[in-house]
Amino acid sequence: MKAVVTVTGKDRQGIIAKVSSFLWERGANIEDISQTVLGEYFAMIMIANVSQIKMELAALAKECAELGKQIGMSIYLQHEDIFNAMHNI
Amino acid sequence: MFTNSDVLETIRMVEKEHLDIRTITMGLSLLTCIRDSAEETARKVYDLVCSKAENIVKTAESLSGEYGIPIVNKRVSVTPVSLITAAFPEKAPLVAKALDDAAETLGIDFLGGYSALVHKATAGYEKTFIETIPEVLASTKRLCASVNVGSSKTGINMEAVRLLGEIFKRAAYLTKDADGIGAAKLVAFCNAVEDNPFMAGAFHGVGEADVVVNVGVSGPGVVKKALEKIPDADLTEAAEMIKRTAFKITRAGQLVAREAAKRLNAQFGIVDLSLAPTPAVGDSVAQILEELGVGRVGGHGTTAALAMLNDAVKKGGVMASSRVGGLSGAFIPVSEDIGMIEAAQKGEITLDKLEAMTCVCSVGLDMIAIPGDTPATTIAAMIADEAAIGMINNKTTAVRIIPAPNKTVGDEVNFGGLLGRAPILPVHGADCSRLIGRGGNIPAPIHSFKN
Repeated sequence: MKAVVTVTGKDRQGIIAKVSSFLWERGANIEDISQTVLGEYFAMIMIANVSQIKMELAALAKECAELGKQIGMSIYLQHEDIFNAMHNI
Repeated sequence: MFTNSDVLETIRMVEKEHLDIRTITMGLSLLTCIRDSAEETARKVYDLVCSKAENIVKTAESLSGEYGIPIVNKRVSVTPVSLITAAFPEKAPLVAKALDDAAETLGIDFLGGYSALVHKATAGYEKTFIETIPEVLASTKRLCASVNVGSSKTGINMEAVRLLGEIFKRAAYLTKDADGIGAAKLVAFCNAVEDNPFMAGAFHGVGEADVVVNVGVSGPGVVKKALEKIPDADLTEAAEMIKRTAFKITRAGQLVAREAAKRLNAQFGIVDLSLAPTPAVGDSVAQILEELGVGRVGGHGTTAALAMLNDAVKKGGVMASSRVGGLSGAFIPVSEDIGMIEAAQKGEITLDKLEAMTCVCSVGLDMIAIPGDTPATTIAAMIADEAAIGMINNKTTAVRIIPAPNKTVGDEVNFGGLLGRAPILPVHGADCSRLIGRGGNIPAPIHSFKN
């Protein structure tokens, strides 16, 4: 089972380290990372394998959103199926 | 596979454009609950609803968290209650209370199905049942009622239409301290559908499975934003853009509906493609029409723009979902749409224009406040007009109109929340009591004879 983690914000220093170790501690393994720059904002999109996580996916998504608030970024964790459904025929 | 911009687009839709799943509605058959007495039937009903829908709120919250899409409402619809109380219709309010209590226990916002289907004639038990509706709506919080008064196949039951005019008045009067909110929980239908997930008109048809999950999607804000990107496009292009956007919205609904049905041990029923507005800024169907170029909703061109919008939404949605049903179109409730509210405040949208708009979209005269002293026969005549549009055009039409007690043109009603607020719209003063007093049936149209 895979999830997409999207981090957006202004400051990118140390963010990858913070988010990836946060996910690693909870049993999620990052498999791919890419970045997109939108003006002064940047968006980092990670594909994480969440088959081994130690909690429900919705709970992990909530924790990610809270981490985002703590570090002044916006972090979404979503099951990949939502993007497959909306953007593929 | 999806791209980075697909991911960001989805997030933007949720964050900035109000993309949400409007409702997960579990349809439940109550036919197995019928017992010898109303008391025992009511107990069975409470137990069945509480057990079958026990996990609806929890499941919706999990799905919402996993997919990152808000699921706004969790609801239940049931078999028309008039059928399960046919042996003791005067005691139907006992079942109503059981349903309202069950809704409270489950933590859902509305439960629909205090309904009667009288499109051809009103059986004795149906009449008694319909007469209980105003008291039931005044004494319950979450229960919604509906009555089907006509169909393309049977014509219009004008006795029921006359009765409904009085029922709307009384439902509003009995809730006069809350701007007549009782009437806002009541719908008169023509060609009612059996798998509608939206309130107040949801009920669970007898042709359905015993436990079904139906999902209503939304997203007027997403459609408007998509159109804002192509301000100079011609209408062919605009229709294409609406189609593509409706496709994406519906796919999200389809995914949630399938997964919710699986987790709730229910059959996946349908996805309803309706664009349902809320009173929030940026979540308005009226503003889509204005983005298309109608200066103000209600002005000339509104019907044409709405026809195009409604059709494009269906085309995109049908492609996106394996099972489409319910009402599936654009909703035009006045009190629940900020663009409509503003147009009504400025006197730029009238009942007559709203009626014309209902010819080309789902569903009908919806959440419209009218003066409290409007005669019951005038309300009945409005229902008859809407039913006629539905009957002749083979579509669902409905009336949810609130004769606001002690209020008149210039005043406003305010229900709060999703039901919103609405200025009182003027109605025509001509006396139509002779038409309504005639009773009988308007016969089914010639094109109903298809066999």
